[in-house]
Amino acid sequence: MKKTGLFFKKFYLGIILFFLYIPIVVMVVQSFNAGKSRAKWEGFSFRWYAELFHDRSIMNALQVTVAVAVIAAVIATILGTLAAIGIYAMKKRSQSMMMTLTNIPMTMPDIVTGISLMLLFLFTKVERGFVTMVMAHITFNTPYVILSVMPKLKQMNKHSYEAALDLGATPTYALTHVIIPEIRQGIVTGAMLAFTLSLDDFTISYFTTSPLVQNLSTLIYSKARIGIDPTLNALSTLMFVALLILLVIVNRRTADNAA
Amino acid sequence: MYNMSLPWWAYALMGAGLVIFIAMIAISVRRHHGVKRSLFATPYTLWMIVFTVIPCILVAYYAFTDANGAFTLENFLNFWDSNYAKNQLYASMGEAASAYIMRGTVNVDTLVYSLWMAFLCTVICLLLGYPAALFMADRNMKIGSTIVILFIIPMWMNFLLRTIAWMSLLEDQGLINKLLRWLGFDGVRLMYNSGAVLLGMVYNFLPFMVFPVYTSLSKLDPKLGEAAQDLGCNEWRTFTKVTAPLSLPGVISGITMVFMPSVTTFFIPRILGGGNTMMFGDLIESKFLTEGNWNVGSALSLIMMVLILISLGVLRKFDPEGEGGGIA
Repeated sequence: MKKTGLFFKKFYLGIILFFLYIPIVVMVVQSFNAGKSRAKWEGFSFRWYAELFHDRSIMNALQVTVAVAVIAAVIATILGTLAAIGIYAMKKRSQSMMMTLTNIPMTMPDIVTGISLMLLFLFTKVERGFVTMVMAHITFNTPYVILSVMPKLKQMNKHSYEAALDLGATPTYALTHVIIPEIRQGIVTGAMLAFTLSLDDFTISYFTTSPLVQNLSTLIYSKARIGIDPTLNALSTLMFVALLILLVIVNRRTADNAA
Repeated sequence: MYNMSLPWWAYALMGAGLVIFIAMIAISVRRHHGVKRSLFATPYTLWMIVFTVIPCILVAYYAFTDANGAFTLENFLNFWDSNYAKNQLYASMGEAASAYIMRGTVNVDTLVYSLWMAFLCTVICLLLGYPAALFMADRNMKIGSTIVILFIIPMWMNFLLRTIAWMSLLEDQGLINKLLRWLGFDGVRLMYNSGAVLLGMVYNFLPFMVFPVYTSLSKLDPKLGEAAQDLGCNEWRTFTKVTAPLSLPGVISGITMVFMPSVTTFFIPRILGGGNTMMFGDLIESKFLTEGNWNVGSALSLIMMVLILISLGVLRKFDPEGEGGGIA
């Protein structure tokens, strides 16, 4: 009984995983298909990979995506960490008010966030493009940074900051030598979260940029309307492999740290 | 490389914000012999006012005004009756034309359809995801974190690409149809209908159900189950009386995380539904970008926001502590 139960459980999980992976496998296989047709296998080739690196629009979009993600993540991390420290030091009432303000963009559907920002840019006649996309990404990233830093601040010993001040540290010194080291883990988590959210975002970018400045998601969207471009299969395969490698490295490192 | 220039007043505004911030810090240093820490939140507060509060006010402003900026409720009347503007015109033309007055229900129908699809998607995700989470949390399985990573990896792939990949499986000349023909069956039309959209939604949102449930289940003390069995519960009763109630916070947070994005999705219906199935997100997008009607679009966005807030309020009733953790 126990054995068949265990087998059934593994079988069920296997089916769910099969469902999750099947489109990815199909995409990887097709990226090596020599022909353009999705339906027919015309032999193995690296043709789409070669075309990928010569496709200006894809390479541009990749550049935009990474640049936006890095800039937005850095600014959001600074803004969010400072905000978390500030909010934590506030009185109860203003603290809960600030947390409500932080929760608004997280509960709003992406499409409403995107549209409200688009209205802001249209209303103020700011031309949409790279800068507006970065601003939008900072806006939806920062609350996530705050929510990763906040728990670390709450875990911290309340009195260590005061103790540092009593022992003669200036507030700035106490901040950089007492508070920041204690919450570093939360800051790193927040920064990583912000970076990945920004890399993956489609809806908000779609409404806050112009067709001239596209990130990968909006480019894929505009290409998908015309019909599938096999270079996209090659691109996604490369991204998938890159992520896998990153995952293995991170796992190794945490395993080493634990040991 | 890119156009980085902003209008002059944007720079003026930023400069003014910076000056005020520095002045506040200077005053604080004077008075308290150091920077008051609550001041650190000022840049964030200013940012959120400009990029969250003001945009929300703008949505509300456009929702309650007409193209000339005069106050009106017409946008909401247009929601309940999509022929409202036309009907007003007929009515003003007198008796003869008023025979043409007919109530249009396009917007309401789309909303009902979206809610129905989101509901179906949530139910399917719960039915598929709960057992998966339960089995993952099973300590006898000895697979632990590997399986969690296996569930996370697909989520790292761009969701547009994953959805597009389904096209090659589902289309008329796609792999599933080829397999069917090879087995001797007739091909079936799998794409461009509600079923395909639902499949795409379940595929994209299933992990959002599995993770919160898994988290709340793996936090459970295994001794609770053992105690229940010692006290005479069989496996099924242990599940219904102990495990299931204790995993409720995870289920609530899973429902929230699947339902909210499902109602508002606008990419999946367009790719897999091929424009035959319009959801509320598509409607809002087309009002803004295709028709350029900001006022009606804003009214629709406002309705959507209110709906989301109501459903969040209802869900929070079940999980007042927010224990399910959710996204954070």
